[in-house]
Formats: sequence, C-alpha cells, structure tokens
Amino acid sequence: MTKPSTLVDKIWNDHVVRAETESTPAVLYVDLHLVHEVTSPQAFAELRRRGARVRRPDLTLATMDHSTPTTPRTRGRLMVLDPQAAAQLEQLETNCDEFGIRLFGLDDSRQGIVHVIGPEQGLTQPGMTIVCGDSHTSTHGAFGALAFGIGTSEVGYVLATQTLLQRKPRKMQVRIDGALPRGVTAKDIILAIIAKIGVGGATGHVLEYTGSAIRALGMENRMTICNMSIEAGARAGLIAPDDTTAEYIAGRPFAPAGTLWDAAVERWKQLVSDDGASYDRTVDLRADTLAPMITFGTNPSMAIPIDGRVPDPDAAQTGAERADLDKALRYMALEPGQPLLGRAVDVVFVGSCTNSRISDLREAAAVMRGRQVAPGVRMLVVPGSRNVKSQAEAEGLDRIFMAAGAEWREAGCSMCIAMNGDQLAPGESAVSTSNRNFEGRQGKGGRTFLASPLTAAATAVTGAIADVRSLS
Amino acid sequence: MEPFTTLTSSCVVLAAENVDTDQIIPARFLKTIERRGLGAHLFADWRVDERGQPRIDFPLNSLVASEASILVAGHNFGCGSSREHAPWALLDFGFRAIISTGFADIFRNNALKNGLLPVTLAPTAYVSLVDQLAKSLHARVTIDLAAQLATLPDGSAHAFPVDPFARHCLLNGVDELGFLLGEEIAIAAYESAHPARVSTR
Repeated sequence: MTKPSTLVDKIWNDHVVRAETESTPAVLYVDLHLVHEVTSPQAFAELRRRGARVRRPDLTLATMDHSTPTTPRTRGRLMVLDPQAAAQLEQLETNCDEFGIRLFGLDDSRQGIVHVIGPEQGLTQPGMTIVCGDSHTSTHGAFGALAFGIGTSEVGYVLATQTLLQRKPRKMQVRIDGALPRGVTAKDIILAIIAKIGVGGATGHVLEYTGSAIRALGMENRMTICNMSIEAGARAGLIAPDDTTAEYIAGRPFAPAGTLWDAAVERWKQLVSDDGASYDRTVDLRADTLAPMITFGTNPSMAIPIDGRVPDPDAAQTGAERADLDKALRYMALEPGQPLLGRAVDVVFVGSCTNSRISDLREAAAVMRGRQVAPGVRMLVVPGSRNVKSQAEAEGLDRIFMAAGAEWREAGCSMCIAMNGDQLAPGESAVSTSNRNFEGRQGKGGRTFLASPLTAAATAVTGAIADVRSLS
Repeated sequence: MEPFTTLTSSCVVLAAENVDTDQIIPARFLKTIERRGLGAHLFADWRVDERGQPRIDFPLNSLVASEASILVAGHNFGCGSSREHAPWALLDFGFRAIISTGFADIFRNNALKNGLLPVTLAPTAYVSLVDQLAKSLHARVTIDLAAQLATLPDGSAHAFPVDPFARHCLLNGVDELGFLLGEEIAIAAYESAHPARVSTR
C-alpha cells in the first residue's frame, strides 16, 4: 500500500520534470501561465536580450488589468490618459504580438482581472499548476490547482522554458467546520483565518482548506478564500475539487468537452488528500461562531469582529508586536478600545480579485436595493471582468447601484492598487472588499478597512462602518 | 547578475516588522517598463513627507545610509505583493544584503535572483546586532556567502541558511534561466508524456 498523500503532493508529483536533490530544487512544469502588463515587460526584454523564444504560447494568456482606467468608455473605447500606463499597455500588446501570445486586451469582451478571467474562461482546472506575476494567483487554488505568484525573473523563466525551479512546500491544513451564520461570508472566514495564524504565519506552506463550511461554499466564495492565502504568507492555498467545481467549469469556453470532459472529471476525482495524509500543521476554525470581520490596522491580520473593539497595543505579547500595533493605530487614526461601528468613511469600494465576481455584486446589490448611498460617501462598484459587467447589467444590478448613487465602473483592479487613477486622497477612509490594507495601498495617506461585500454595502448606505445584520 | 562573495559594510536599521512591498516601492511607481531607476522611489512614502521634504527621522535618510550596503529589517520583511520592483529598488539604492529574522517567500526568491542576499539570523543574534548598531552607528558587519557566516561588529560569527542552488548562482553570478534552458531534453520528454491540460488558442 502506498503512503497516504496530500492533494499538494499529488499535484506536485505530477509536474516534476526533474526531482529535487540536496543541491538542486525540482524542475516543475507549469500548465498555465497568466501574464499582465505590470510584471511582464522586463521579462520580455530579457527574452529579447538572450534571443530566447516563448516555449509554449499555447499555455500562456495575457490580459490588462492593473494600470487600466475604469472610467466609462467613449463609443466603446477605453481612453488611457496616463501616458506611462498607456506606454505599459502598448508594450504588452507589442510583446504579445511579437511572441505569439493571445491577449485579452482592452477591446476584447473577455478582458478583466487576471484571476477573474482564468476561472471564468474555464482555463483554471483541477490538478493544474498555474503561475502569474501576481501574488493573488493563489485564487486559482479554489479549483484544486497548485497556483502561486512569481516575480518578473520567474515570469521570464516560464516564458522561455515553461518550468520553474522549486523546493517542495510544507503543508498546512486549515479545517473549517459548521454552518455560517446569517450575514457572515467567505470573506469573513478568510479574514478570521489570517487573524488567527498571522500575516507571516503560513510562510513556506501551502494551505489546504477543508471542512464542512468549505464544502458548502460555491466556487466564487472558495476563490475569495484562496485569494487571500498570500496575506498569511502562504505560498499557495487550495481546495480539493468536488461536484461544485465540475459544475462551475462545465461548458465554459476553454473547458474540456465531449469524451474529454468525462475523462477529465474522472481524473479530478483522484484529486483529494488521502485519509491519513499528514500535514506539517493543522489549524481549526468554527464557522458557526463567526461574525462579520473587518480590519482595523495596516496588515490583513489586524482584523476583529465588526462589533469588536480596537485592541490595546499595551496588551501585545512582544515589544515588536506592540510597536507594530502602535504604528498601525497611529496611521489609521484609531484609539485602543474604540469600536469601529459608527466610524464615518469617505469611500466604499466593491471590487478586486477578491470580491468582484457576479455573486459578490449580487450580495452587495441585495443590500443596496431600494436604499441610497449616504450623503458624503463615494461608492465605486468595479466588476472583475467585462463578462461579469455584462452579466450584472443583464440582471439589472447596475441599475440598482446607480439608482442608489454608486458609480458603476469598467472592469479592472481599480482602487485595490491605486495605480490606475482610482485612489483615496490623503486622510480619506474606505471600507473595501479588496485584499490589502497596507499603508497607502489605496492611495498615499489613505486608510483602508477590509470587509465583505455585505459589510461594504451596509456601510455605504449607513455612511459609517455598519453591521449588515442590524439592517432591517 | 553581479556575483556575491563577501561583503563588509555598515548597516541601516529599519526595525519595523512585516514591512510589505507596497512600502518598499508604492504601486504608482510600477508603471515603468524598466528595471533601473527605482532606487529614487525606495520607501517613497516613508522617506518623504507631505510637502516632498525628506523625513529626517527616517533611517534611510540618515548619514550612515549613504555608505551602507546592508539593511537590517524586522521580521517577515517583504510580505505582500510579488513585485520584483522591490529588490530592484533596494539594489538601485545601494543595498546588497538584508538581515532579518525572516523573509516573505516571494520576496526572498526575487531578491536571490537579482544578487540581493537575504540573511536570516536567529532572534537572539538579530537583537544583539540591533543593540550593537545602536551603540555604534557606523559599525560594520561582514557577510561571507561561501562560508554562510555573518560576523557582527562584536566579532561573533553566526551561520545563516541559503539554498545550495541559490548560493551557487550568487557566488558565480549566474541566473537560473541558463540552467533551465539546459534542461531542454527533460522538458521535452515531460511534454511528450503529458499532453497539455488546456490550450489558450
């Protein structure tokens, strides 16, 4: 009998081109490489310098998302007014053209955030290795893929060889059992997990999310969870595929069809961690005791239940932790012991690779329906892809948002990254459905409170941080 | 890549923990298509105040920063975004090594690929180093990559871990791409045994 193995081990073993030794990491094959404008230009330049080609353009897909404006189109065209962003986007077009890579550019109806369009197109499938020059590549792990972010040098290596040098990761099981209470969502689960294990607590590990609460989630919610694995320092995060996974993939443009589909589904059934497989660490969390979560500080682990109070740095375990908290509270203009409920905000942002899919927009719209964005609050709703945008418009969600006084924008990373014109002004506060509350992340001097789409919408209509459970 | 063998230098201490790559290089500077010139924006929002003036209390604006090639930084340095612009900016500013008690995975990978050496010390050695540097601002540390030893100003030597392959690349100034291109036969064999799972065509 073979030794029970984890899902990560199975995917890993299936992609080893050359096994690792003491002196050399494994050569690992990459099934799908996603490319965007910000982390790829220097990699293509390196290929040119060396006279190298792209080995497998057929396993590579590019899109534009980070530096693209989300302002309305003029006669169907998106105007890029920032000359540096325009040059970067043009460079991606040139690179894709020259190296034969398919590009979902600004004029393509499939353009969108790289981690939204991979799954949407059916390219993200169980058992695959997927990389992208973006730390939120862990999103694709929701399908039982081993997906992780890489730097620009590695983008070049994958373009040239379709492989990477990798050491086998450690494995951490995160088991979440129980039913989610009303008003509590996948975003709250992942914020609670990160608060529990810490911003660097999963360094060197791949997280496998298991348990009844995970099984009960739809694919888009699973993506929200895997997306933020990196915020605990994890190399990746994944969830074993099941019927929910197969149902989501079926019929999508790049999904297998016919007899290939049946064979794929059979193969995917093997992609589970065996009974008795060992993890380097296991963390447990109850879903039924969770409340909506919100961050108060300047990294995603600084999160509390929405009806909680800002922690006191004096109660910290170590001097470094205390200094970290002190600095965060100063930046956020918060006092120890202060409640967050009722704190006024300037902006509400619904979007990003964490929470910009159709189910996220439906949740936000359900709260907004028949209500108004509070005076003095600016609300941006930014769909994750042009397909999500069309779908939302077909369902009338855009009209709900606009009738409430929110801005309905074009697809892109928008205010999550503040390099495309969408950003906070110094001193402004925002409740955001994105993934990072680092200092200045949403604009220099801006203050970010991370929360779910439900909490974001409740805050928008209240004008201050609000508990969706107490809206009538 | 410039080879890394030994380095003796004074140090800049940035004590904060969990320094993320958005601080190292804010996203608005990522619209460049070049690797060079990012040192001017290193820690932009911490170095410069609202009126564009250097903050005199920020360590990178200190006198020692102009001569130091080693950054001493708090635990979990380089967390967050995968942007390789972070090591590019640190190198362009003049750093060749960073000493901490721990690094975020992607940052460490990116640093190693550019000849910027992440040196992980045990917490006790790290605290001792910070103490010594507080007492003597211009004290020097020696990092010997071949021996994998960091020698602190008090003469104490501390071993640090480095992946053997990364060490080989750094010592010889070669990158991984040459090695991977040399694996052509093995890669082609893998491809013929494993049909593509998807096609973007």
